[in-house]
Amino acid sequence: MSVAPVAAPRVAETPIVVDAGKEPRRFTLGSLPLNLALILLTIIWIIPTLGLLVSSFRPGFLISRTGWWTALFPPYQFTLQNYTDVLQTNNLAASFVNSLTIAIPATVLPIAIAAFAAYAFAWMKFPARNWLFLLLVGLLAVPLQMTLIPVLKIFNVLGLSGNFFGIWIAHTAYGLPFAIYLLRNFFGALPTDLFESAQIDGAGPVTMFFRLVLPLSVPALASLAIFQFLWTWNDLLVALVYIGSNPQYAPMTVTIANLVNSLGQGYELLTAAAFLSMALPLVVFLALQRYFVRGMTAGAVKG
Amino acid sequence: MNADWLPYLVGAVVGVPAVLVLYIVGTDWLIRRLPPATHPRIRPWVWVAPALILVAALLIYPMIATAWISLLSKDGTRFVGLANFANVLSDNSVLIAIRNNILWLVFYTGLVLIFGLILAVMADRVPYESGVKSLIFMPMAISFVAAGIIWKFMYSYQPKLPGVAQTGTLNAVWTSLFQQQPIAWLIDHRINNFALIFAAVWIWTGFAMVITSAALKGIPPELMEAARVDGATELQVFFRITIPLLAPTLTVIGTTLVIFALKAFDIVYVMTGGLYETDVMARRMYGEMFNNSNFGTSAAIAMLLLIAVIPVLVFNLRRFQFQEAIR
Repeated sequence: MSVAPVAAPRVAETPIVVDAGKEPRRFTLGSLPLNLALILLTIIWIIPTLGLLVSSFRPGFLISRTGWWTALFPPYQFTLQNYTDVLQTNNLAASFVNSLTIAIPATVLPIAIAAFAAYAFAWMKFPARNWLFLLLVGLLAVPLQMTLIPVLKIFNVLGLSGNFFGIWIAHTAYGLPFAIYLLRNFFGALPTDLFESAQIDGAGPVTMFFRLVLPLSVPALASLAIFQFLWTWNDLLVALVYIGSNPQYAPMTVTIANLVNSLGQGYELLTAAAFLSMALPLVVFLALQRYFVRGMTAGAVKG
Repeated sequence: MNADWLPYLVGAVVGVPAVLVLYIVGTDWLIRRLPPATHPRIRPWVWVAPALILVAALLIYPMIATAWISLLSKDGTRFVGLANFANVLSDNSVLIAIRNNILWLVFYTGLVLIFGLILAVMADRVPYESGVKSLIFMPMAISFVAAGIIWKFMYSYQPKLPGVAQTGTLNAVWTSLFQQQPIAWLIDHRINNFALIFAAVWIWTGFAMVITSAALKGIPPELMEAARVDGATELQVFFRITIPLLAPTLTVIGTTLVIFALKAFDIVYVMTGGLYETDVMARRMYGEMFNNSNFGTSAAIAMLLLIAVIPVLVFNLRRFQFQEAIR
C-alpha cells in the first residue's frame, strides 16, 4: 500500500550508502568523454531545481519577461518579497504547521505499531504466521485507490474526515505493510544466539524487545522514520481525499496544488511556495541521506 | 493556526505509543499468570493485533467494499452488475487515460531503468561519484507537487511574438540554440504525455541509480578483469557481464516503477489536471469520486488498477517466497 519501494534487490551485504566513499576503483574508462558526459548529465539534472530556486528570489515583473538564467548576471535584482507574500497572503505558514501536524504522528504511529508486529513475525511462532505475512507482502503492491471510497465513507460517519484524526489513522494503516515488512526483515536478521542467551538469563519477550531488539535496530528504525516522514510530508492524494480542500487543515502539498490552479502562471509565488515545501525534506535528506538510502535498499540487508 | 490541535498532537505522538507499551506490558503480565503451555498460543496474537486490526479495517475491508461498490449504481442504491465496467471501457476519455497509463508504464519504467543504469555505471568510474549521486538522487526527497511546479516552469511556453521572450528553460534552448518554433509542451497532444512522464523520470532516476549502483558494487571486479584480459571490449563487458548480473536487481526496481506508473497521480493533477488528453486512471478515479460523486464508476476504475497490478503482485509474492526459501 505504500509508495515506498516494494522491495529491494539482493545486493551487497555491506551497508549501502550514497557515498560509498571507499577507494575509487576501475578507472579503465576514466577518460575525458566519460567525465564530460557525466558532468553534463548532472548539470541537466540540477538545472530544473536551480531554475526554481533562482526564480523564487526574482521580482515578479522580471520572471514573466526574462528567463531565470538572466538573473545570474549583473545587474542583480533579488528580493524576498515572494516569500513574504506567499507566507502572508496564501496561507502557507499555516499549511507548513499543518504538514508537520500531519507528518509527525503519521511517522511515529505506524513505526510503533509495526515494531511490535514485526517482532512477533520475526521471532514468535504462531499458526497462520506465514500466510499473514504473505498477505502483507501482497498488500505492498495494492493501489491505495482501492481503499479511498470506503474509508472516506467510514471517516465521514465517524467525523474523522476534514480534520487531522482521519489522515493520521489513514497514513498509519497505509504505512504498516511496508514498515512491518522492513522491520521484520531487519529483526529476523539479528543473530539467534543473542536471543538464546537472553532467554537463558531469564529474559521474556518484552524484556528482549525493549532491551535487545530496539537498541540494535536504531538504524532500521531511523531509515523507516525518514522514509515515512518524507512520504507523508510529500503526500498529496491522501490529504486531498481525507482533508479535502478545507484550507484550515490543508498541508502544503494541497495548498500549493490549489495555488497552481488559482494562479496559473504566477511563477514568482509558485516557485517560492514550492521551495518552502521542499526546504524541510531537503534538509532531512542532506543530513540523513545514508539512512534514507539504506531504508530504500534495506529490504535486502539480509536475504 | 491550529494551536487547539496541540493537545491532540501530543496525545497522538506520546500518548498512543505509551498506551501501546502499557498494553504489551500489561497483557504480558496477564499471560504470565496463565499456564506456560498457553503462552505461545496467545502472546503472538497480542503483539500483532493492533497492526492486524488497522490493516483489516483500513486496507482489507475497504478493498472488498470497493469491489462491491463497483457493481452498484452511481449513488450506491442499485445493483447494476458490470455496467460500470462497460460504461468505463466504452468511454473514450477513460480509454485515453488507459492509453496514457500504458505510455507511463513503458516509457517511465524504461527510461528510469536506462538512465539509472547508465548513470550508475558511469559514476562508478569517477572519483567524484558520491557528489554526482547525491545531486541526481536529490529530487527523490521533494514532493511531486513541488516537482510539478519545477517542470511546469521548465516547460513554460509563450507564443512566438515580437518582444516576447521564452522564459521556460526548454523553449529558450529550443528557440535560441536550435532556432525552432516554441513548443507548447504541456498542451500539444503529440508530446504532452511524454513531457509529464519525463518529469517523473527526473524524480525517480536517482532511485534506480542508487540501487543499481549498490548492486554493481557487489559484482566481483575479477569477473570484469578476466573478461578484459581475454580481450573483451568495454561494451562487451557491459552487455555480456554487467547487464546479466544486474538483471535481477533491475527487475526488482522495475516492479516498483511499474506500480508507480499505474498509480501516477500527483504529477498529472498538478501539471495539467488531466486536461489535453493527459489524464491517467488514478486522476480519473479521483475526479469521478469528487467532481462527479460517481462512486460506482470510481470504484470500477480502482478495480481496473488492481487488476493491472496483479501480475506485479504475483511476481512479488513468488520472489518473496523464493527469498524465504534460501534464507
